[in-house]
Order: sequence, then structure tokens, then C-alpha cells
Amino acid sequence: MNKRPFLKALGGSALLVSPLARLQAQQNRPIRVGSSLSLTGPLAGTAVMHKIAAEIYIELMNKTGGWLGRPIDWVVKDDQSKPDLARTLYEQLITGEKVDLLMGPYATANTLSAMGVAQRNNKVLVSNSFGIPSLAKYDMHFPGYVMGFNPGETVPNTLLDALKAGGQDPKSVALVTSKFPSVVFLSVGAREVFKKRGLREALWLEWEFGNREFGPIAARLKEANADVVWIGSIGPESIQLLEAMAKIDYRPRVHFHLYPTPGPLAKSPLAAGALSVTTFEQHAPFTNRAAYAEAIRLYNERAAAANLPDTNFELQPANAYAGWEILGAGVKGSNSFDDRKIADWLKANRFDTIIGRLRFDGQNNYGDDLNRIRQLQNGKWVVVHPSDFALPGARLQA
Amino acid sequence: MPSATLILQSLASGVFIGSLYGLIGLGLGLGWGLLRVINLMHFGWAFLAAYITYELRSRSGVDPLLALVFLVPMFGLLGMGLQAITSRFAITPFSSLLTTFGLTAAVEALLQLIWSADFRRMSSVYEEHKIRLGTVVLNQAELITIALSFSLAAAVWWMLNRTDAGKAMRAAAEDAQIATAFGIDARRLSLRLAGVCSALAACAGVCIALTFTLAPSQIFSWVGVAFAAVMMGRLASAWSPLFAGIVIGLSEALTMALIAPTWAPLVAFTLLIVILILRPVRD
Repeated sequence: MNKRPFLKALGGSALLVSPLARLQAQQNRPIRVGSSLSLTGPLAGTAVMHKIAAEIYIELMNKTGGWLGRPIDWVVKDDQSKPDLARTLYEQLITGEKVDLLMGPYATANTLSAMGVAQRNNKVLVSNSFGIPSLAKYDMHFPGYVMGFNPGETVPNTLLDALKAGGQDPKSVALVTSKFPSVVFLSVGAREVFKKRGLREALWLEWEFGNREFGPIAARLKEANADVVWIGSIGPESIQLLEAMAKIDYRPRVHFHLYPTPGPLAKSPLAAGALSVTTFEQHAPFTNRAAYAEAIRLYNERAAAANLPDTNFELQPANAYAGWEILGAGVKGSNSFDDRKIADWLKANRFDTIIGRLRFDGQNNYGDDLNRIRQLQNGKWVVVHPSDFALPGARLQA
Repeated sequence: MPSATLILQSLASGVFIGSLYGLIGLGLGLGWGLLRVINLMHFGWAFLAAYITYELRSRSGVDPLLALVFLVPMFGLLGMGLQAITSRFAITPFSSLLTTFGLTAAVEALLQLIWSADFRRMSSVYEEHKIRLGTVVLNQAELITIALSFSLAAAVWWMLNRTDAGKAMRAAAEDAQIATAFGIDARRLSLRLAGVCSALAACAGVCIALTFTLAPSQIFSWVGVAFAAVMMGRLASAWSPLFAGIVIGLSEALTMALIAPTWAPLVAFTLLIVILILRPVRD
């Protein structure tokens, strides 16, 4: 028997099968998404919520086949709440880990660091907590914290609308703020809005992020005795200032906190009645969509297992979850893992996420401001304004 | 116009924080003046003691002041051990600065490894108890810090001026060779003094744990003000760092209260520069 034709056929089929096998292996290979998170440091109390939410999104998505049939593999590194370290880690993720896609870190300063690296490498960067829209000039950056292009105007206006709707008519305001970039930006905006709306400014103070001593600031707030206290805080600063105020027996009538770590605040009796902003709270009407019931249930379980002070699915996990939904929508919509194609699709389309319907066709890829006003009532954050998003029956408490 | 309450409350706050600066500066200044060692590790000891206090309180419910019974001898021995090692190499003050900077960075990494970079807050009964003097409210934990700072400064003054060991320490620092000729064992004295300095750092650590939120990265945030307290006063003095610390604390608190919190470090360090320029030069 002449073996040559048989061997030729075998060789030919091997040549044919080999690329197919390679292609199939390529298709089954996990899609690697890299990011840093502040797993330690002053921002860790909030970033841990982002981590749990991200893990749940990936787990649920992988159960349904991942993105375009490829499982998602998340490579997450600890940036220790330091922007300089975040920059290095994103360089490592791209050049060392060779991740396919990027997800943003937690907080504005770290996101800004990551944005520079993403821009240099032409990678899409979806952030979930970037607070200065005017600085997000990179055309492939997409914000998961949907606050509109001008939150310095919209957020304080929403707050004053909420107070008015709740029957309060404040005449004076004291603004104290951390100099953390996104926080001071919004506080400066609030200052202008309050002036325009006729409130007397009883106090304006700034402190450096990482400030140790809040005693004299608390004493000045007590002295100012304003109707509303705007606390431009991030991380543990709210609780530190509330403790300092309690030490001198001062309790503000209305106190608004910008970006506090929500859990410790919810558990502290000093924070009763505190106001803040949110895009999602775990109550109707936010929880009316059954599609997210499993994600919320899992979050409650895992937040409890991680000993988080507040296990509710709220602003922070919601924004983190929305961030992953945005990247997933871009991949699915563009049917590609190519960063440019994902970015083009995201800019041209509107789609639903856990925090609502999103668009990225405005300035610097910003759309609507989805911030609502929430209040700490009986140890639980509830939305009180606007009324169509408020917990049924809930009203702003004096 | 700021009210009397605001000013008095800020003064109270300034005396408290200034006492803590002074307490940290007390051990630092003694080591600098008498051992000729600029010991940045002093801050490492203080924070290590603060974290151990936090751990003892959180896990076993040990009262922070009771923890001193255990921490003072422990850190005394640690300080003596470090001095025993560094004295073998006869390093200059500048080299000691670099060496102890490295050790402090290692302590920061160790704290981060054990307790993570997260903020830690110790709860204690001293934090909850308040004393009211008219409209001014004082916190018991802060009063303990003030009392401990003054007591330890007095104890160090007594040791330096009223005991043979203290007089010998000063003599050895003045002229080691002559002191040795008079029968003073300078090496043994330096070990004891290093132990005292580290024990003082441990006391400062307990006060930090009592009144502040802890994070490893905060070690170096205390360096500037504590050095300022030491430099504004006199090296190897018991009372100078405390009084200088209170001046800095008051200037910071009043700046925060009357001008702006962001100006506080600027005012404190400007004050330091002015005092250093105007102070008469000693031989």
C-alpha cells in the first residue's frame, strides 16, 4: 500500500486543524481586565464595596458565558489609596500583565493617574468614581459615576431643592471641605450656588486631605451656627469631624456630607439625619427591576461576610457595578474587544444599567446627573428627593 | 469677631496637641542632645506602641493606661537593644538620621503588613468622658495626654538634675573622656538613656492611640512638628520641648480658628524659623 497519499492527507488536515484549534483556544481564553483598587489606605473603607460589587458582576456574567463567549478574568492590584502607585500599577497591568481591557480605580485622584496611562496606551478606561468631569479630557474615558458635566452646580441645587421640598427654608450655610481634588471642586461650585440662591455664607474653610486635628474646625462650625453645614468630605473625614463636633457638644441642624465612607456613618449615632448624594439605594423604586435581585442579594451576603458596617447595596457598589456594565455593554454592542470600537459604540448608543439609562454623548463623555439626595434615617440611607425616586412614604426629616 | 468660647476652645485644643508634640519631642531631644543620635526611629517606636495599645484594647479589652505597665519596659529594652547595635558602629549624628530613617520605613512596612494601611480607631472610656468648664468642653483622653506630658517632663527634669545617673549622663554628653576619667561608664549610661527615650516614645504612642485615628502612613506626618518642638527648645532639656510644643500647638489651633486650617502648618513653621533666627547663639 502506498502510504504517501495518506500521510499527505494527514499532514493537510493537521495544517487545517491547527489554526482552527488555535482560534478555538483563543476564543475560550479568558478576557483579562485589569484595574487597581484602594484595598488599603484611607479610601479602603469605600473601595472594598467596589471590589465586592465587581466580583459579583463577573461571577454572574461568567455564569452566562462571559463577554462574547469568553470568561472574564479580573486582575486587581492594591494601590494603597495612592495616586502615584495607581499610575505604576496601570503601567504594570498593560505592559507586564498584558491585560486585554482596563477598569478604573476608586476615587478621582487615582482615576486621573490611571487615565494618563490609559491614554498613552489607547485603552478604554471606565471609571466608577471620577468627580471632576472637566478634567476627564481623554476621549476613551467613560464615567460610571454619572453626575453630568457640571456637578458643582447640579448637586448643590438638588440639595437645596430637596430641603425646600422637605419644608425647610435655610437662610445660612457653613461650608467646610477637604482639599481632595474632586471634593474641593464640588464645594467651590456649591459655594457659588448657595450665594446665587440667597443663602448667607456663615463660614468657608478648607483642610488638607489627611488632616489630623478637627477640633478647631468643629469649634468654628459651632460658632458659625449655620442652618446648613456642607461637609466636603471623603473617606473617614465625615466621621472624624462629627466626632470632633460631638466632643464640644455641637450638633448641626442640617448636615450634608459629600463622599463619606457610608457604612461607618450609617452605624454612628452622631450621623443621624445626615444628608448625602446617591445614584442608587436598596429600596423601591430602585429595586423594582428583577434583573438585579440576585446581584443585590449576593452583595448583602458578601458585605455581611466581609464585616462591612453597612451591607446595603447603595451608591458605591451600584456605581462599581454600573462601571462593569458599561464596559460589558461596549464589548457586546461593538461585538469586539478592540478599545476603539468599544469607545465608538459607547459614545453612539444609550443603554440601561443598574443606576439607570446612560448616555455618553455630552462634553467629555458625560451625560445626565443621576445624583439624588439621601438621608440617614434610623441607621439606614433612604432617598428623600426627588419624589419619584424616594422610598415610598419617606420624607426629609428635620 | 470670634467669640471667647471659640478662642478658649481652640486654646484648649492647642494645649492638648502641643503637649503631645512636646511628649514626642521629649525623648527625641534627649537622645539628640545626650547621645548625639538623631533618632527618627523614635517615631517608629511611638507608632508601634500605639498599634500595640490599639490591639490590646480591641482584642483583650486592656485599658490603654494599664498597657503602659507592659509597654514602658518592653520599649525600654527595644531602645537599649537598638542603641547597643548602633553604638558598635560609632556613627555620626547625620548617619544616625539616615540609618534610623531606614528603620522607621521598615516599621511602617511592618505595621502595614500586620494591620494594613487602613485607618484604625481605638475606643475607650476616656474618649467618652467630658469635663465642662463654662462653655468650654474638655475631653478626658486629651486631659490625660496633657497630664502625662507634664508628669513625664517633670520626671525627666528630676532624673537629669537630681540623680547621679542624670548628672553622669549630662557629664558624659559634655565630655565623654573626662567623664570616663571620673569613673563614669558612658556605654552603660547611653544604653539606659536610649531605653528611657524609647519608653517615652511608647508613652507618646499610647496618647496617640487614645486620641487619634491610626494609619501607618501617618508616622512621618508627625516628624516635622516634633522636630520643630525640639529645635525651638533646647536639646537634652526636659521642659523646652513641652513648652515649644505648646507654642506650636497653640499657633496651629489659633490659626485654624481665626484664619484657616490650611494655614496652620505655615504659621507654625514660620514661627520656628523666626525663633531660630532671633534666638541668641550659645557656645
